[in-house]
Amino acid sequence: MTLTKKPESRPAPNSWGLASGENPWEYAPAPEATDHIRIEPEYGLFIGNEFAPSKPRKSFTVINPATEEPLAKVAHASKADVHRAVGSAREAHRSVWSKLPGRERAKYLYRIARIMQERAREFAVVESMNSGKPIKESRDVDVPLAAAHFFYYAGWADKLEYAFPNREPRSLGVAAQVIPWNFPLLMLAWKIAPALAAGNTVILKPASTTPLTAYLFADVVRQADLPPGVVNIITGPGEIGMELVTHPDVNKVAFTGSTAVGKMIARAIAGTGKKVTLELGGKAANIVFDDAPLDQAIEGIINGIYFNQGEVCCAGSRLFVQESVYEPLIDKLKARLGTLRVGDPLDKNTDIGAINSAGQLAKVQELVESGIAEGAEIFQPDCQLPARGFFFRPTLFTGVSQSHRIAQEEIFGPVLSVLTFRTPEEAIEKANNTPYGLSAGVWTEKGSRIFKMIGAMRAGVVWANTFNRFDPTSPFGGYKESGYGREGGIHGLGAYLDLSGNGSRRG
Amino acid sequence: MAARRASSTKPRRASVVEQRAAQPLATTNGAPSRGDRIGVRKTYKLYIGGAFPRTESGRAFEVFGAKGELLANASRGTRKDIREAVRAARNAFPAWAGKTAYNRSQILYRIAELMEGRRDQFVAEVMAAEGIARGRAGRTVDAAIDRWVWYAGWADKYPQLIGTVNPVAGPYFNFSVPEPTGVVGIIAPEDSSLLGLVSRLAPAIVSGNAVVVIASETRPLPAVTLSEVLATSDVPGGVVNLITGLRRELVGHLAGHMDVNGLDAFGAAPGDAASLEEVAVENVKRFVRPPSAGLARYDWMADSAQSPYLIGEFVEIKTVWHPIGA
Repeated sequence: MTLTKKPESRPAPNSWGLASGENPWEYAPAPEATDHIRIEPEYGLFIGNEFAPSKPRKSFTVINPATEEPLAKVAHASKADVHRAVGSAREAHRSVWSKLPGRERAKYLYRIARIMQERAREFAVVESMNSGKPIKESRDVDVPLAAAHFFYYAGWADKLEYAFPNREPRSLGVAAQVIPWNFPLLMLAWKIAPALAAGNTVILKPASTTPLTAYLFADVVRQADLPPGVVNIITGPGEIGMELVTHPDVNKVAFTGSTAVGKMIARAIAGTGKKVTLELGGKAANIVFDDAPLDQAIEGIINGIYFNQGEVCCAGSRLFVQESVYEPLIDKLKARLGTLRVGDPLDKNTDIGAINSAGQLAKVQELVESGIAEGAEIFQPDCQLPARGFFFRPTLFTGVSQSHRIAQEEIFGPVLSVLTFRTPEEAIEKANNTPYGLSAGVWTEKGSRIFKMIGAMRAGVVWANTFNRFDPTSPFGGYKESGYGREGGIHGLGAYLDLSGNGSRRG
Repeated sequence: MAARRASSTKPRRASVVEQRAAQPLATTNGAPSRGDRIGVRKTYKLYIGGAFPRTESGRAFEVFGAKGELLANASRGTRKDIREAVRAARNAFPAWAGKTAYNRSQILYRIAELMEGRRDQFVAEVMAAEGIARGRAGRTVDAAIDRWVWYAGWADKYPQLIGTVNPVAGPYFNFSVPEPTGVVGIIAPEDSSLLGLVSRLAPAIVSGNAVVVIASETRPLPAVTLSEVLATSDVPGGVVNLITGLRRELVGHLAGHMDVNGLDAFGAAPGDAASLEEVAVENVKRFVRPPSAGLARYDWMADSAQSPYLIGEFVEIKTVWHPIGA
């Protein structure tokens, strides 16, 4: 059949047969109820199962990033408080937790998982209020996964010798854990669940903007009747985190956050013999071949970069499109961007909530401006943003070159850089051309090509024909400057054990 | 005698000059002269990219035996030699990592075969370097050879020990496999000149890493001879690179090199460990610390000196997700 007539000139249809820019999806507001939520006006530090003010008494205000309204005051820990928290964890490890049979530790962890499930909606609402993430994500991803982590690691507590044959696994002692603001409760679970299962006691420092679900979790710890001092939670700025990880009586340091801070921590504790795991930044490549199912790929791209406002270390922030499908894919992508709903995190229809803080919003804006200045072409859908709060439109850049800052630096916002390639070799070369190596995505229907690409990606997690999936059984962590050690699965358990029984110094 | 025991950070000036004047090079580095035939000595060189260059510095340092005898002039490697070695390792890495595990297994086994053929030479060199009796040197060399055989067998088995299939709660097939970390630096143990080196080298390369080794400073000669074995054992050029020289001039550069992904500092002096670890942070290197008690009493002959978990020190776990559907 020959084409005799040139197709009519009109905008390329998107997946729903609609011209781009036209948004048929109108929703009535569907806000999640908050009347069942109780947020205390002020939270003290959680040490030895008691909430108490910091000494000297000092606090800072935590706000809702979607409204800029204050949510609560939380204690600002001092160096003396850090010392007290470490002492509490040490004593609990020495006198109780290290002596408790694994099967009993397991039951405490199962209790925690169950209570989190019981109070799931409360956790989801507070998480969305404090972090700015859409309620559908906190409700369907963060909270269920956090509970699942406790349930999974509970089962390991009395099976450690089966996990590491010939290694005489022993708990390390006191673990200092510093977590970021993008998945406050989920990161707490990734840190605390394996640590407790392995027989350690912990001091957790949540990010200073997002401590509320951690303090809600402290209440779960009390409901579960955990021995005092097994879980301690302290709040404060980054310097307090540094005091914590460098405290001489800490045996294990686990950090999730930026590569720059991760390096500071690793330097500060060099030579101390503390066991370390670092889960740092990323700049993931999401690679779409011309035989990929485009509509599925579009959903994967959207989920890859706009999930949690792009505030995800493993976000698919660099999209590599094979040249032969570039135009149809970009048309579909732009049209799909136009259907994303940006706004109230507590609205059940919201796709993109608030950026976590004014500082982060400024950083995103600065990088977006650099993209424009360096010559990339920006596209943003024409959507209304709320008058207050830290919001940013989903953004994509085309015409991006490898050297642009938006192709090199972690933006940690809803900003996608689109690049192109012709051959698999070119895609591999470009995808790996970064100091990071946390995650990657590949979209193709050809099985043998999937495995070639999986093998070639220098990244710790590779999603093929999907993106941003997480599970407690599935190890997660980076290559290169994205960190070392794994969280999740049997590998994540080893990170919290002394496995030096057979000549090896590190897990 | 003082010279032989000099630590890696202490120069040994005065006695060196004195002894150099007093004696010719010893005979372990080649055939001794017999009757009127003059023995042909060996030149101890670096091993980079499968070739044996002299150091770019053009300099040498004297290596003394346990009895204080001058054994050889070894190459005094430099920062630039380290850079060349890292480049050779980076180039060699993809093809080595890409070989089948069966293939790497056979190549490691081949190293054992060729070491066995050179056993007498290794025994003589270990005796001279470490000042131990022939019987003990023989057992040390045998253990080194056996260690290659042991790790050869792990090449196609350790992934089944360390890898997993993960039962995720959803319609996805999910698995985790170990992959080599990339370019790994190894600071060889100072005292155990051959067995110590082999015990750290074998687990690093069996998974597919390419390495740059800084040999023992005071006892480097068995390591150089090992590199000659590697060059003829089907180990591709660049997979193992070996630099001899003064440690204080080398280890910091290896620890700080931005294209080195991991550093095995197990053989480093405990006093150097903290600064090496700090430098290694610059590109988030995987770092193996020296034992806190030092290596003075470490038993390299023991079974505990070999472990599949040592392979795990320089592998990355890659997790893969794929949907299940029609």
